Amino acid sequence: MTVAPVEIKEPTSDVDITPDRPWVVIVWNDPINLMDYVTFVLQKLFGYSREKATKLMLDVHHKGKAVVSNGPREKAELDVFRLHEHGLWATMQHDE
Amino acid sequence: MAKRTVRRARDGTFQLKLTDEERDLVASLAEQLRELLLSDQPEGVERLFPPGYSNDEERETEYRLITHDELLEKRLASVDVLEQTVTQTSLTEEQLTAWMGAINDLRLVLGTRLDVTEEMDRVAIDDPRAPALAVYQYLTYLLSEIVQALSGTL
Repeated sequence: MTVAPVEIKEPTSDVDITPDRPWVVIVWNDPINLMDYVTFVLQKLFGYSREKATKLMLDVHHKGKAVVSNGPREKAELDVFRLHEHGLWATMQHDE
Repeated sequence: MAKRTVRRARDGTFQLKLTDEERDLVASLAEQLRELLLSDQPEGVERLFPPGYSNDEERETEYRLITHDELLEKRLASVDVLEQTVTQTSLTEEQLTAWMGAINDLRLVLGTRLDVTEEMDRVAIDDPRAPALAVYQYLTYLLSEIVQALSGTL
């Protein structure tokens, strides 16, 4: 058994300094996913009304992206995973 | 009134009106999707396993490590259901949801290969992409029918 050399990690970005800054989950426009399908997935995963899900879908379609949820990292990561499971192009980042 | 391809019945099941040719096509595509997912170096599946972090390489590596196998398992499970129920005229909501997932995955793979654009409705009949595009458009039609039927459950 060996002991790994001790390495002290210096914080390299503001991510480590402000852990409480919320994360946002973004869905990006893509030429494949159907508009009705995206609306359906947003309703199903987040419990949004048809009106709200349609508005977000239209933002994705016309503006290229939309923030569909936000929260702490663990929640945002789970949301991204569920969106990926449904084939949507989603990423997460710190709120700007 | 035109008969819908996928219709929700009063008992909560879904009636599926597909020809034998359509079912053969769907079964064959499902088999190809499974082979692709299980191949050593699958090509054109990047849309099925997209990055979760766009500008954080370290966290992206971790995200991929945690999620890749589970995403793969879920995709394969949907393909299984699709193959097992492809001849049925009646599906449960759970089964139809699996159809929806597998058919959307097929569109993502095929659409990536064809490099489709939002405006690409048709190509010339002698275009080498024409047969694959016809399959893609059929899947688009079938998916819209499924989404419309499942929307009634929300």
